[in-house]
Amino acid sequence: MTIAEPVITIDDQPVPFRPGQTILEAALEAGVYIPHLCHHPDFAPHGSCKMCSVVVNGRPASACALRAAPGQEVEVDTPELHAFRRTLVQLLFVEGNHFCPGCEKSGSCQLQALGYEFEMMTPHFVHFFPNLGVDASHPDAMIDLSRCIQCELCVRASRDIDGKDLFALAGRGLNARLIVNSPSGKLGDTNFSVTDRAAHVCPVGAILIKRVGFAEPIGERLYDLEPISAEAARCVIEEP
Amino acid sequence: MTSADEVVASAVAKRGGDPSYLLQILRETQDVLDWISPETAGLVAERLRIPLTRVRSTVAFYSFLHAEPRGRYRLLFSDNITDQMLGSRELFAHMLARLKVEPGGLSADGLVSVGLTSCTGMCDQGPALLVNNRAVTRLTGRRVDEISDLAREGVPLDAWPADFFRVDDNIRRADALLGGSFEPGRTLRAAIARGRQGMLDEMKLSNLRGRGGAGFPTGMKWEGCRDAPGSERFVVCNADEGEPGTFKDRTLLQTYAARVFEGMAIAGFVAGAARGFLYMRGEYQFLLAPLQAKLGAMRRANLLGRDICGAEGFDFDIEIHLGAGAYVCGEESALIESLEGKPGRPRIRPPFPVTSGYLGMPTIVDNVETLCEATEVALRGGRAFAGEGTKRSTGTKILSVSGDCERPGLYEYPYGVRISQVLRDSGARDVAAVQISGPSGACLTPDEFERRIAFEDVPTAGAFMIFGAQRDLFEVARNFTHFFAHESCGFCTPCRVGTSLARDLMDKIAAGRGARYEINELMRLHRLMQRTSHCGLGQTAANSIADTWSKFRPAYERRLQRADFSPAVDLDAALSQAREISGRDDAEAHLGAEA
Repeated sequence: MTIAEPVITIDDQPVPFRPGQTILEAALEAGVYIPHLCHHPDFAPHGSCKMCSVVVNGRPASACALRAAPGQEVEVDTPELHAFRRTLVQLLFVEGNHFCPGCEKSGSCQLQALGYEFEMMTPHFVHFFPNLGVDASHPDAMIDLSRCIQCELCVRASRDIDGKDLFALAGRGLNARLIVNSPSGKLGDTNFSVTDRAAHVCPVGAILIKRVGFAEPIGERLYDLEPISAEAARCVIEEP
Repeated sequence: MTSADEVVASAVAKRGGDPSYLLQILRETQDVLDWISPETAGLVAERLRIPLTRVRSTVAFYSFLHAEPRGRYRLLFSDNITDQMLGSRELFAHMLARLKVEPGGLSADGLVSVGLTSCTGMCDQGPALLVNNRAVTRLTGRRVDEISDLAREGVPLDAWPADFFRVDDNIRRADALLGGSFEPGRTLRAAIARGRQGMLDEMKLSNLRGRGGAGFPTGMKWEGCRDAPGSERFVVCNADEGEPGTFKDRTLLQTYAARVFEGMAIAGFVAGAARGFLYMRGEYQFLLAPLQAKLGAMRRANLLGRDICGAEGFDFDIEIHLGAGAYVCGEESALIESLEGKPGRPRIRPPFPVTSGYLGMPTIVDNVETLCEATEVALRGGRAFAGEGTKRSTGTKILSVSGDCERPGLYEYPYGVRISQVLRDSGARDVAAVQISGPSGACLTPDEFERRIAFEDVPTAGAFMIFGAQRDLFEVARNFTHFFAHESCGFCTPCRVGTSLARDLMDKIAAGRGARYEINELMRLHRLMQRTSHCGLGQTAANSIADTWSKFRPAYERRLQRADFSPAVDLDAALSQAREISGRDDAEAHLGAEA
């Protein structure tokens, strides 16, 4: 007799999970897409972007932060949650300065891709237009704070993988900003390197590598070719 | 003159070079140096061997830590709605004019800064302000003049009239807790006599529930902490009383501190914790020295320390941590982050602090009042305690009553008291609304005044703000909206951006440029924040808007334009610069009345 694998249901579909997995991890592994932005499989759950907001047994929860448990009935694709996610993307758009047509990340940007995923036609809210500036002091990389969505992936990568602890968020509310660990606050005065994981983990165009701009033509990039939801599902299938 | 290096070195040494004391080290350093300069921040990072980003992010998070010079006298007016109702904004403007300072700015001589801050917990004796984190109460025009002059003349705070700093208890109605007799050590000996398990059994029997608002059964929490795996356990007393309109913990800590500390020791006794922390909001810094003295006296009397009251193995001691102006630190996991010296961003829960709290160890976080009530359980037993109040809300509750009434102050009642009773006792007449449990709570109107204060009816952490018929409830909600935008920690998207958008929408309506469109937007943001925010702050941030919109609609409607939408930009006002340059102000230089 085999012991039945524990399952949760996601939008009425049974999804198996291993003990310790979060709802999001279990879903992605099973090829069920739950939108997410600050989550990355290589890092501990973070739970700040709230794109993976779901309803579990009638109560709101973040799929990336809640462990899967038998008996959970998870709602993902409901009209209200869909509308929430679109609004969240809009909030991220108006708190920063995101001009996709002029951004080197266009086509590989997860924020942009989620905008398309949720049929966002306009940013809707009044823009805050923060005056944040660019840090181009490093010879090989630059930071455009206007595009930072505060997912802290670079913070986590630099701390947990690179062992350099070069980034942090500072400030409260809408004043929170990414800061750099050097007396000048400039990236050029740190030992940051383009071989760092932190250089490649940004889901948007806030941290960019210099001298590779537009090497891959716009129109032929990852999310130009297929929606982020399809891409996520395909990644699962391709994994050995 | 001591150098920054000496000041930092001594503050770091006092804390044994432990980075988890970063917030305390920064606070003490700033007390001497007036601000945390880039140089000072660098020295702190160096001496604690932590990244500079950690120092900077902590300084940037707390309102009372300054990365820019803010003068030798840092004056912050409490900006709660109750202060405003007592004329605080007029006094603020008066001081700005007298000292020739811009709001939030620094005087030309670099000596004084004057700004606003969230509720300082003096609603019963406001308007209030903080000068270098010391509370000044009962402001009048004359007092504001005196303060301005003392600051301008550079008179040290210790030489200011002591009456400025007088904080009254204002106990208007005492019941079992506030009115009970107290003899040092008696509740500890009672707990020891019951034994660790016996005391826990009494706690469970008492059905005492957390007084901070959530109402979790305290005995269950203590048991959960005791049974959770971990090499060490901690007891934290949450004295970060930041909910605007609440001030009961201030009095408990000023006059009933021994009970609070004994309650903490009893929690430690039951759960097997030897270390306790009192985390107190920075606004109550005036209580720090007397509380330290109280702890010293208790240690000398063997009411803290090793083998307390001669009970072998009952070891417990308490440290005090001060916050530095961050409302969100009242959330238990944010509080623990702050205790660890970090910005107070709420953690992912579960795991809850009871299994993974301070330094990842099992930790009890209880409200000040809850711990006081635990001493009552030790003394009288669980059954007697449960005999008061209602079946599901046992014991008494202390209410912080402020606003439009004759006798603001503390009122302790058995649970189940009706709102109308509290209004009668406090001398409130012609009441339009009562805001229960602060901006995150509920706004009740006269048809609800026969409801009862209890977990099963109207739950509350204690705030009870009364608004008379002359008050504008739209302005109340707008004040709360500004509060949340200021206090949002910025961690999660909905609250970080949503609270600021809500604030701007309310300001647009206040400016007479709002329409039905803005109301719809506010309700949409309310629903989003309620359902997707990371912690209670964002989840409740727009409650007051939804409440007042449904109950005080005319207050909104008289401000709304009849059109479905009106732009935020005032085209005629936008032309003012052009008029100034061209020196014109005739009718032709203005856009018509249709704008």
